[in-house]
Amino acid sequence: MPEPILTIKNLTKKYGENVIFQHLDLTVNEGDTIVIIGPSGTGKSTLLRCINLLTRPDEGQIWLDDMEITAKDCDEDQVRQHIGMVFQNFLLFNHLTALGNVKLGLSKVKKMSDEAATEKAMHELARVGLADRADHYPGQLSGGQQQRVGIARALAMDPRIMLFDEPTSALDPELIGEVLEVMRQLALDGMTMLVVTHEMGFAREVADRIVFMEKGYIVEEGSPDEMFNHPKFPRTREFLWKITELYGKKETDTN
Amino acid sequence: MDFGQFISYIASGTVYTVGVTLIALPSGLLIGTILALLYVYGGKAAARVMNLYSTVFRGIPPLVLLFILFFAVTRGINLSAFWAGSLSLGIVSSAYQMEIVRGALLSVSGDQLMAARAIGMSRLQSIRYVVLPQAVRLAIPPWSNEAAIVIKDSSLVYALGVPEILRRAQLIGASSQRYLLAYLSAAVIYFLLVFGTTRLLAVLEKKLTIPSNP
Ligand SMILES: Nc1ncnc2c1ncn2[C@@H]1O[C@H](COP(=O)(O)OP(=O)(O)OP(=O)(O)O)[C@@H](O)[C@H]1O
Ligand SMILES: [Mg+2]
Repeated sequence: MPEPILTIKNLTKKYGENVIFQHLDLTVNEGDTIVIIGPSGTGKSTLLRCINLLTRPDEGQIWLDDMEITAKDCDEDQVRQHIGMVFQNFLLFNHLTALGNVKLGLSKVKKMSDEAATEKAMHELARVGLADRADHYPGQLSGGQQQRVGIARALAMDPRIMLFDEPTSALDPELIGEVLEVMRQLALDGMTMLVVTHEMGFAREVADRIVFMEKGYIVEEGSPDEMFNHPKFPRTREFLWKITELYGKKETDTN
Repeated sequence: MDFGQFISYIASGTVYTVGVTLIALPSGLLIGTILALLYVYGGKAAARVMNLYSTVFRGIPPLVLLFILFFAVTRGINLSAFWAGSLSLGIVSSAYQMEIVRGALLSVSGDQLMAARAIGMSRLQSIRYVVLPQAVRLAIPPWSNEAAIVIKDSSLVYALGVPEILRRAQLIGASSQRYLLAYLSAAVIYFLLVFGTTRLLAVLEKKLTIPSNP
């Protein structure tokens, strides 16, 4: 029986009158890669931001392992250390080198010695294939390299789960592959991942489950085979077909 | 009196001009930075108070404020004209410096703060290690401009009788009846001070520039 790492129950988020999602349930098991797909404005980013408490949900609960992180007395900063986040626009710290970006959390949050932090950070940079770019600033790196540093920065904290919010949508097509390759390797290494993406090739190959969200609801979820080949709802088939048409071509061009 | 003595009489006021600037500029920076942090990160009520502070102090001529603050302050405590003038100018400047720092903080943007929070840094740590170092770089060019203004505005303390450059030019101009030469000499000294300072800050700005590919 696999252990749930992340359990979301009855989650509701509103911005004023505007309900983003309502009564949402989702469970992520240890070692799973879950891919979330859905049209723009559906609340995918908002869901990820709720999970690492960058925004507060209005109702419902989230557990990380068996700790309720939505509890009032929960230490947010403590929780976020255990949840890695990778952003669409990388959001590297512009004034720090690649090494500095990966080290910052180790030094300031984990309070590691400079030497230990450097060693750990170099290890993470090597993991994403960027050990030789350690002293480069974000402005000296390609988008794909910046995103890999972003992944290394999150990994350095040894998170229980990694959240990816459209990690390749800001990238030129020829740079997408290198980022997806790092993510694929992470999944193989057993990292638990929740990935919002339009990359259907990645979803098909790497996901244990695909979750289709629309207008704040989870319409359907299932294995890639179920979702691509025998979806229960016509909306799922329609969306998958459209998205494969839109993004699939690009991907086969580059791989 | 020969020309050398004439010039050196005026130039010896530089000590006061530099002194006033070295008190007004850093005290304005300190107050301005604290107020800017409150403005940006202190919630709505603090923002409203800071906005009022900024609007008031930027809406009154510095000389008028100088007199008001001078007479208000010296009524309570026994403060020399030099210190009262310097601190007054510092307060005036703090309103401008607050706007400079605030603009810089805002343009580093919430995204950088979010990314810092996402790795588990506290709000304070995120501001300290991620936002501020970037904001400082953005603030240098407008701050350089403000530094030039404070150097020039330091001449206003002449009105309180502080024997700085302008005051001395006025005195020696009157006693020698060579007003034009006196004021021209003062102008040259002020210009050199402003020019040197802005050049120095330009060098600093260049040194702190974050490397990037063209
Ligand atoms: N801070 C906010 N304040 C108010 N409304 C917001 C805020 N953030 C997001 N929204 C709204 O919430 C809805 C969902 O946004 P979200 O970014 O989560 O969607 P998404 O599924 O990630 O879309 P995309 O594919 O475009 O990234 C949108 O209608 C958006 O306008
Ligand atoms: Mg989004």
